[in-house]
Amino acid sequence: MDLDSQEQILKLSELHGPSQLTVIIGAPDPEAAEITAETVVRGDPSYAGALAGAQLGLDVYHVLDESISSDVPSDVWEAQIGVMADVLEADALVAAVAGMREPPSEPS
Amino acid sequence: MAELKKDPVVVAATQVLAHVPGMARHGSKPSRELPRDPAVEAEFLGSLRSFDEAVAYPPHQAFVGAIHPRALPARPWTDTPPGQASRWAPGGEVMPEEEFLGLLASVDTAGLLTLGADLAERALGALGDHPLAKHFALGQLERATGDVEAAADGVAACPIHVGAGPMEASLRAGDDVDQSLTGAVLLENLAAKATATLALLHLLDKEQIDPASVDYVIGCGEEAVGDRYQRGGGNLAKAVAEAAGLSEASGMDVKDFCAAPIPALVVAASLVKAGVFRRVAVVAGGSLAKLGMKFQGHLRNRLPVLEDVLGGAAALVEGDDGASPTLRLDAVGRHRVAAGGSAPQIMESLAMEPLVRLGLTTTDIDDFATELHNPEITEPQGSGNVPERNYKTLAALAARRGDISRDEIASFVESRGMPGFAPTQGHLASGLCYLPHALDRLKSGDATRSMIIAKGSLFLGRMSQLSDGMSVVLERNRQ
Repeated sequence: MDLDSQEQILKLSELHGPSQLTVIIGAPDPEAAEITAETVVRGDPSYAGALAGAQLGLDVYHVLDESISSDVPSDVWEAQIGVMADVLEADALVAAVAGMREPPSEPS
Repeated sequence: MAELKKDPVVVAATQVLAHVPGMARHGSKPSRELPRDPAVEAEFLGSLRSFDEAVAYPPHQAFVGAIHPRALPARPWTDTPPGQASRWAPGGEVMPEEEFLGLLASVDTAGLLTLGADLAERALGALGDHPLAKHFALGQLERATGDVEAAADGVAACPIHVGAGPMEASLRAGDDVDQSLTGAVLLENLAAKATATLALLHLLDKEQIDPASVDYVIGCGEEAVGDRYQRGGGNLAKAVAEAAGLSEASGMDVKDFCAAPIPALVVAASLVKAGVFRRVAVVAGGSLAKLGMKFQGHLRNRLPVLEDVLGGAAALVEGDDGASPTLRLDAVGRHRVAAGGSAPQIMESLAMEPLVRLGLTTTDIDDFATELHNPEITEPQGSGNVPERNYKTLAALAARRGDISRDEIASFVESRGMPGFAPTQGHLASGLCYLPHALDRLKSGDATRSMIIAKGSLFLGRMSQLSDGMSVVLERNRQ
């Protein structure tokens, strides 16, 4: 996740409290989606940005997750995402992010 | 002036790499991260590639034109054993670091680079044997030889190492206080100049072009070049023209973040078609600031520091010669202000709108080249597979238009797209890297049309939230 976004998320988290935030990820491949989700849940794995060591545990979803997409007006969805939804592997993307909402399987 | 009615052609394009593991520490990211932690610095220096490994790396072979990107072997490419590949390709090469430091001295008109005596001797020997030796100002190497320690003690000087070895050269600042002329900034500019010059010299040599026949040079690299009163002053192009012996040329730079090469080609072709100039070169040097940009992801995945090469590119545009591929000036795609910024909206305006204008479909284009970043470099740092993402967007749009069925999306991506193979120096990845391959296939008849699509992250400069982009269609000459 780029450093500016990490800073923004940290600021928002300090302002509103982590429990008040939901992060929606639009990354088109599962690996990128997973690292982005990891960053906002367990901290920046590359230790490069503001979220290094910050275990914010934010609620996180991929935008193709039906619980998110069903809330988006259809004309907005069509203009911004529709075509991409045709070709992206929604199940893998949703699962990659969902995995980060679970606690780590081994103590870290 | 009948030929002016026809669109200009791209006669030739060449690409080079300079393998500069020692300079990788001066990339923007490593220069901030390494001084903070000696353990990270040690791991970084211990993870640099040898020259033979860099030459053997298959994406580098594709970049210098030795193999087509679709002929790349299965990944991981980092497992390729060294020794099988050559540093030389038709019209391109991978230059080793100490030779490149000699080339830097050869194009250092300000006399700011100091080479240690031993390095100068090694570089002189190697450059003296280079096929383009007669074009290098080798006398400059002797003049650059001196006390490196003393030079490195100067204000804002930049120490230079060969690989993980000791300091063997230093670049003095151009001014004691000007932040636009520090040694580190000038090293970026000088490296861009040297790589662009090397690519242009290879092009002139390969095509047997008289240097005095080139009227104009357009630079489209990432360095702005300037001083404190005008940080983006520009015209590295004319410096490259001078260094390559183009006595009758002048030049200018086109800036558009990573998208710049395509506007540069379009401006070059427009100048030729308008009859302003007969022969225009487009050049781009490498971006030193981007070396080691994603090194943390590489080290975390036990990979070598993969961003250890500087690219250089040159292309030549002139009036129709009846043989070279045509640059269709009636098919230039641009990303309009009102076009929208989502991936499909950008692709719609860059790829689809020009095709509609020409009455063509996506399947009339044999090769699409767009943001061909090497995924082996980008994936470990979480940036994903950039070209694959673009090709999926293209395929989805093609399916929506009815050019292909939904079942054909995967084969569309595979047959009309290609794996990313360019270093993460955006202007090279943004289509320009495919130009030599496109020309080869359009000349041989293996392809009829190629579309090169460039995108640039305009928003990074904080003056707009927009991105930009431009596309061109190259077509097999109809004669």
